[in-house]
Amino acid sequence: MILPDRQGHDVQSFEHPGAGRKRARSTPKGRQVEPRALDEIVALLGERPRRRDLLIEHLHLIQDRYHQISAAHLAALAEEMKLSFAEVFETATFYAHFDVVKEGEPSIPPLTVRVCDSLTCEMHGSQALHDSLDRLVGPSVRVVRAPCLGLCDHAPAAEVGHHFVHEATPQTVLAAIATGDTHPQMTAYVDYDAYRAGGGYRLLESLRGGERESETILAALDDSGLRGLGGAGFPAGRKWRAVRGEPGPRLMVVNADEGEPGTFKDRHYLNTDPHRFLEGTLIGAHVVEASEVYIYLRDEYPLAREILTREIARLPPGGPVIHLRRGAGAYICGEESALLESIEGKRGLPRHKPPFPFQVGLFGQPTLINNVETLYWVRDIVEKGGGWWNSQGRNGRTGLRSYSVSGRVRQPGVKLAPAGVTIRELIEEFCGGMEEGHRFHAYLPGGASGGILPASMDDIPLDFGTLEKHGCFIGSAAVIVLSDRDDMRAAALNLMRFFEDESCGQCTPCRVGTQKAVMLMQRPVWDQELLGELSQAMRDASICGLGQAASNPLSCVMRYFPEEFMPRDAAE
Amino acid sequence: MTEGIVFELNGERVEASHGETIWQVAQRLGTEIPHLCYSPAPDYRADGNCRACMVEIEGERVLAASCMRKPAVGMKVHTETERAEKARRMVMELLVADQPARATSHDPSSKFWGWAEKTGVTESRFPAAERWPSDVSHTAMSVNLDACIQCGLCVRACREVQVNDVIGMAWRGAGSKIIFDFDDPMGQSSCVACGECVQACPTGALMPATFLDTHQTRTVWADRAVDSLCPYCGVGCQVTYNVKDERIVYAEGRDGPANHNRLCVKGRFGFDYIHHPHRLTKPLVRLPNVPKDARDQVDPANPWTHFREASWEEALDLAASGLRRIRDEKGRKALAGFGSAKGSNEEAYLFQKLVRTGFGSNNVDHCTRLCHASSVAALMEGVNSGAVTAPFSAALDAEVIIVIGANPTINHPVAATFMKNAAKQGAKLVIMDPRQQALSRHAWRHLAFKPGSDVAMLNAMLHTIISEGLTDEQYIAGYTEGYERLKESIQAFPPEKMAAVCGIPAETLKEVARAYARSRAAIIFWGMGISQHVHGTDNARCLIALAMVTGQIGRPGTGLHPLRGQNNVQGASDAGLIPMVYPDYQSVEKAEVRAIFEELWGQSLDPKKGLTVVEIMHAIHAGEIAGMYIEGENPAMSDPDLNHARGALAKLDHLVVQDLFLTETAFHADVVLPASAFAEKVGTFTNTDRRVQMARQVVPPPGEAKQDWWIIQEIARRMGCDWRYGGPADIFAEMALIMPSFRNITWERLEREGAVTYPVDGPDQPGNEIIFARGFPTETGRAKIVPAGIVAPDEVPDDAYPMVLSTGRVLEHWHTGSMTRRAGVLDDLEPEAVALMSPRDLGRLGLAPGGLVRLETRRGAVALKVRSDRDVPENMVFLPFCYAEAAANLLTNPALDPVGKIPEFKFCAVRAQAAG
Repeated sequence: MILPDRQGHDVQSFEHPGAGRKRARSTPKGRQVEPRALDEIVALLGERPRRRDLLIEHLHLIQDRYHQISAAHLAALAEEMKLSFAEVFETATFYAHFDVVKEGEPSIPPLTVRVCDSLTCEMHGSQALHDSLDRLVGPSVRVVRAPCLGLCDHAPAAEVGHHFVHEATPQTVLAAIATGDTHPQMTAYVDYDAYRAGGGYRLLESLRGGERESETILAALDDSGLRGLGGAGFPAGRKWRAVRGEPGPRLMVVNADEGEPGTFKDRHYLNTDPHRFLEGTLIGAHVVEASEVYIYLRDEYPLAREILTREIARLPPGGPVIHLRRGAGAYICGEESALLESIEGKRGLPRHKPPFPFQVGLFGQPTLINNVETLYWVRDIVEKGGGWWNSQGRNGRTGLRSYSVSGRVRQPGVKLAPAGVTIRELIEEFCGGMEEGHRFHAYLPGGASGGILPASMDDIPLDFGTLEKHGCFIGSAAVIVLSDRDDMRAAALNLMRFFEDESCGQCTPCRVGTQKAVMLMQRPVWDQELLGELSQAMRDASICGLGQAASNPLSCVMRYFPEEFMPRDAAE
Repeated sequence: MTEGIVFELNGERVEASHGETIWQVAQRLGTEIPHLCYSPAPDYRADGNCRACMVEIEGERVLAASCMRKPAVGMKVHTETERAEKARRMVMELLVADQPARATSHDPSSKFWGWAEKTGVTESRFPAAERWPSDVSHTAMSVNLDACIQCGLCVRACREVQVNDVIGMAWRGAGSKIIFDFDDPMGQSSCVACGECVQACPTGALMPATFLDTHQTRTVWADRAVDSLCPYCGVGCQVTYNVKDERIVYAEGRDGPANHNRLCVKGRFGFDYIHHPHRLTKPLVRLPNVPKDARDQVDPANPWTHFREASWEEALDLAASGLRRIRDEKGRKALAGFGSAKGSNEEAYLFQKLVRTGFGSNNVDHCTRLCHASSVAALMEGVNSGAVTAPFSAALDAEVIIVIGANPTINHPVAATFMKNAAKQGAKLVIMDPRQQALSRHAWRHLAFKPGSDVAMLNAMLHTIISEGLTDEQYIAGYTEGYERLKESIQAFPPEKMAAVCGIPAETLKEVARAYARSRAAIIFWGMGISQHVHGTDNARCLIALAMVTGQIGRPGTGLHPLRGQNNVQGASDAGLIPMVYPDYQSVEKAEVRAIFEELWGQSLDPKKGLTVVEIMHAIHAGEIAGMYIEGENPAMSDPDLNHARGALAKLDHLVVQDLFLTETAFHADVVLPASAFAEKVGTFTNTDRRVQMARQVVPPPGEAKQDWWIIQEIARRMGCDWRYGGPADIFAEMALIMPSFRNITWERLEREGAVTYPVDGPDQPGNEIIFARGFPTETGRAKIVPAGIVAPDEVPDDAYPMVLSTGRVLEHWHTGSMTRRAGVLDDLEPEAVALMSPRDLGRLGLAPGGLVRLETRRGAVALKVRSDRDVPENMVFLPFCYAEAAANLLTNPALDPVGKIPEFKFCAVRAQAAG
């Protein structure tokens, strides 16, 4: 066949060897970036750098602006940042606070209500709260479960947009929705002027001005025996020295990703006295000669974010660059190496150790990583001397601990108490005793991962190193008190579910182990032998502390509460 | 191992070398520790996530992943403690719980099931979780994530090894899922089907689709495997072909020096063309009453409209007698031959010998003329060597990598993976090409210059280097000549002035020039965007000058590397399939050289150089050439201005075509001889790196198809040559006698080692990968720097033909498509002719993506579908030349580079319009 010749040359139809089974694509392989979406992303990002490590920050911009992250925007972001589709998608879907919506999927309602389902809140009826809200809110609001919001002292807690409802009821949450009250309420705190007026930053300035040697700081830390208060308990002075001993350039990272269920001490300090923490941070940066500091703050703390944003801006020039980075809803990022990955814009997968972050840390540089509270105490320890810290303590232990106490006590809250108090002392002396109608039955000495002990073991000093022989640990000192009206198996299941949700998924024992453990624990009769074997393997073979400790509550319940199994098992 | 790390493994004192892991030490000493997520294959990072390889280290609280952990001095490691074994077994049990039943699983012989068996855990006490359904959207690979163990080997394969960046691990915890792009079906993703993930997957979650039945259960296992090479581009990947019932069922990458196990879609999935029903299995002879016409077509499935079958004896007699008659009646110069860059070194050598002795002239050429003739011309002029100075893997040692006029992820996909690896390691990758490409995302700078303005851009860079004193004066003084002339002529090309000519801001030109000149090591790769211009030789001269004035040559991470397009274009050129030179580029016009060959071949030889590909077509039209023998080439698709070229082929008195299929060239043949495909023959092939590699026969040729060397010899005998080669080894031995490049390379050595890079200093020494460390093989020992001026493309756009037409390849199709369009997977992936244009131009012309466009130049017109491609700059049409139904070369301009005689495939004026 010959087509009519219109232009001088005809087009000859020509045989070809292809089979003709398929048709040609009208665009190159894979998704195409939509020009409009690209324009929107370019406008949204503005002059911000397109560096890979800012991926999570940029995802927040999209989520905040559009209440979701559409596939079109995500594709445009990938192109704008010169990243692959897979890289942005895997990062975006790793974090609970990003809602990736693909073509054909329903849009996310403009308002999200998060109902905390951590152990303390569950004990205070969060499940019923969640269910009622789900029925009542209507289509423009979405109700989702959230892991610990850090408001265990006000359980059950809910978050409407970024407005936190304490001791939430369906009525109070609906009222917040109705009034459009979706922003965090600012509270009184010690601001820059007040902090300075109280003698703040003189220590830092004496260091920067050369009147004081870094060595004196290190000596004070050594004397005090201050240990990492994020939970690992590594001696702070030794860590600082180790980082100083590595070749530069060095970086500093602050772990403000306080996610251990039951823990809210860092929130307390950030929201009340931020500069005491910032001065400790800047002293740390000075001592290790870090020119940049990254503060990784959990996304559940918008008030702290606002306070820090404000107050960092007021710091006098001359210090290190401070980057305030926002988590995105991933407990695992509280693990220091996962946190580094997250700052680098990736999924929060813990790294293998060695090498340790003080050797190979953020962006491959030697990095000092400290918890908020650890840094918070630096000024006081240096000013008052290591001996001041050392002189505190009880039951043969030294120092101070900020216990986050919640559960069935009369006065939950952050309790600054001598390190080494027993649970009895903590409940009676610091928390006003047990809640009305509740008899002390069990307690978690160190949050979700620190295990569960029976009331009969009420004389153990609560400190680093005292609980390990009982299969427990103090961790971040999140103490949750359970009573005779609480179900121990349900508590263990709640905690295992939390770990299942929060497992990064990297290693088999944790990824599959937490899932299988939940499946087995949901059964009326627990296969204790299998659960025991599984617990041991998770402890021995998981990459990081999450998987290694995830089975602690399970093991404790089987070990210390045999009565929980006998009657019901027999009945069924 | 004096500096080894001494530690204890299971109570024994052992030594580890630096960097060695516990797993590797144990393996080396005979203890294989279970492993799933760890692959000992080259370039795979250990990830330590599956925890199947846990070992106990005394004094440590938890077990350690032996694949990650490096021993420390004095460490006491135990692989067999109860604790370690229990943990490892628990890991297997957890994973087995979620696997599909083994008997009907996707791959019951997977590595996973192998380890399950060895650890004694094939059953699980755990309840199974819900898993994902099958994804069979891709034509080549099946995805069955119910077998996935989230080991992430496929992610490493895709992201870190091949750097195609399609696969990721999304979500988290037990919901962690392998995804393609945005969790898109694999077949709709940006997957380029390199198949690296399939090769890496230990579970059968990713499998070649052909292994599985409709229930996604494996039903195909190979009977045997043969180590050979890939038949396609110049990268020279080593391949293992798996054969069942004498058919290739699967190709796997081998750890060759060029490819480290890696393959691309063509190499891995493009092997089945050899089993296509169009294969010629008997000689064909043209029917007496069928006239020849340039526009004629023959259906390869039904050639009986034009041909009849003949016996080999008859066909060979007819083929040779036709050629003999023309030689004897019209003279020696009335014959010409095209050999093939797809054939072996031995075949190329025999073919040129046949033309030079049996035909009696130097009218022998091949497709190198159409791809890198100008590059070779410039290199011969400058350094008296046409080959690369360093292998493409030298990119890994470079600080700056320039890729100009090349699109390696399409044309040299496996070479491109090393460039991407280098960029990921921190090398500055500079792409210079009017079109964007997959490498652009990895590039530090992409200079999208105006088509045809190469010399202006490169001269501006030279200007910067010279005027800013960034030259290597010592190198220039020691190893070059002609610098002063360059220095003088370059004054006319300041970046500020060239910016407008090439469309790149002066600052960018300077920035890139400085980076190149100042870097510790910089290398330049180029492709046909440089060579296929009327100023192709000038383009290459500029690149050579860049390397010479900066001394970026002869050291690790430096050099000049023209990426060769066909599997044996280097070898075919080396073997003398070129009208001006005998094997190893020895001039036919030099009496002393000719005397050597006359003695070796036992007859007098034509003292004049022969005609090149395009010149031969002209000579046919001029009545000077009347007979041709075309072996494995398809000029009816690959030559420029096809109406003219096909007219020439149809005008021949006698045309003998030797090929696998009835190609567009064979339509015009008098005799068609069925040849053997790559996988059906033994021979040596030389890749773009100068690596001579051994290809082995995998399957026998179909029907009566014969070995090419045998066919050439039979024709030669009938032309009066007394040839008695017993096979490729004999031919190789003769080549080695007169080819200095083959010194110290023997057939036996190649059989033993598989690959040897020339030049080689001794029979037991490895080849020299990087050459010209101390001067050049020129008469003066110095490289000649030749300045280049600006020459405009031959045919620039005007009102009648306002756009630029550029031609090239697509990933899935190779050369004229005669092989790849008959490969099932490749045909499925790129099934129809398609032109690539920018979305803006489509909008302007009222064309919808996928709509029909009519392209017309002064020479011809085609109509085909259009693809909306943001990589294409405005006012350009990119047309792959592999589509018979819309042959790009009907449109291209046959204007030649005056030195390299290469046509200007990369630039002509075209008019695009919406068509019916």
